[in-house]
Amino acid sequence: MTGHESIDETVVDADTDVSYRLRVNGIDHDVASAWLGESLLYVLRERLGLPGSKNACEQGECGSCSVFVDGLLVCSCLVLGAAAIDRTIVTVEGVGDESGAPSLVQRAFVEAGAVQCGFCTPGLVMTVHDLLHRSRVASDLEIREAISGNLCRCTGYGRILDAIERAFAAADEGPP
Amino acid sequence: MSVTVARSLEEALESLARAPHALVLAGGTDAMVEINFGHRRPLDVLAVDRVPELALWQRDGAILRIGAGVTYTELEGLPFSVLVPALAHASRTVGSPQIRNAGTIGGNVATASPAGDTLPVLVALDASIELHSVEGVRVVPWHEYFVGPKRTTRRDNELVVAVHVPVRRGPQVFLKVGTRNAMVIAVASLCLAVDLDERTLRCGLGAVGPVPLRAAEAESWVVDQLHWTHDTVQLRSSSGAQEFGRLVADAARPIDDHRGTAAFRRHAIAVCAERALERVCDGER
Repeated sequence: MTGHESIDETVVDADTDVSYRLRVNGIDHDVASAWLGESLLYVLRERLGLPGSKNACEQGECGSCSVFVDGLLVCSCLVLGAAAIDRTIVTVEGVGDESGAPSLVQRAFVEAGAVQCGFCTPGLVMTVHDLLHRSRVASDLEIREAISGNLCRCTGYGRILDAIERAFAAADEGPP
Repeated sequence: MSVTVARSLEEALESLARAPHALVLAGGTDAMVEINFGHRRPLDVLAVDRVPELALWQRDGAILRIGAGVTYTELEGLPFSVLVPALAHASRTVGSPQIRNAGTIGGNVATASPAGDTLPVLVALDASIELHSVEGVRVVPWHEYFVGPKRTTRRDNELVVAVHVPVRRGPQVFLKVGTRNAMVIAVASLCLAVDLDERTLRCGLGAVGPVPLRAAEAESWVVDQLHWTHDTVQLRSSSGAQEFGRLVADAARPIDDHRGTAAFRRHAIAVCAERALERVCDGER
């Protein structure tokens, strides 16, 4: 049973072949035949064909599954998919512009060479978008605190910090 | 399996009354790890992250009532950073920005991990827990609420709705020991809160016992070692902080585990206590 906007309490029951609906990147997706204990990360990757959010730790340690839920940056592995009905979810697939071109933050990562194996990159891109939403100015320490929940095991963070500086500079010239 | 997304406190309580064994899901930062790793297979989940009553806070005289759904990100900022600075500081040490956006004070209290970051603060401020069920409301002092590791006196049909935190005038310090500043579960944590009006000092300890602890003997010893003015508190002798640390360590009941040994925890909590006392006496907040 899909949660309806007008009812106060939504009970999703999977004993029958039922699903719920998630709004991801502006599109409503039906989630069919799902176990209701699946994380949002699992649902995104395995059921909705959105593998941009990466699965590394499944315990909120690594940040590679970071998404926006109702505008807040969270680890999608720690969100229960079925409890995210009626939320506005944005994944890394949804941060580019309408034509599908990479976002300002994504371009900054490419330009700075801040991608090595690439596994942490989608999560870091989401985190930098969040940082830019919150402030157009950030000190080095504020940037480091902002990315403290995103682990990169390749780069040593130097080029990632370069990319973030580039993103801030580019954001001064236009919206991210 | 069923998932219920409650949209009001009444709905949440009725749902809990019908299914008291349901897993209550707030920010999900603890519960989802257990589900993802297969350590927990709940039959029913009650999501309370959209219960508007839980997102509220209000000040009623000397008591700040913080709704269980208030997140760590919110606790880092105003008015909490001014009214209960140690709580704001402790909240900032939780996980990462992603975790702090999701995790809630009610979740910390309901999960009742011995390492819960806000718990030593609730001890040092002498907080109480507000529990609701369809049968009524009760407010339980922290020392009657925490009874063991992840064990509390919350009944199955009760929901943690708010935390009552006394607002105290005076310096507060929170310290936490771990392997890095971010994404760390405390190996030892401590909160020292001075009340300049009562001329008291309370010390809460985390991760060094099965429940958050209060170092009551150390507190009563150190009160006599202090010189009080209207706005400050000073140690009479410089050796007082070290002795305070020793007495605080005596109050700890640590164990060996994968994060640290009991001996290290006892040492760390003594150092934290000494440092925290020096800081409150420096007027640092």
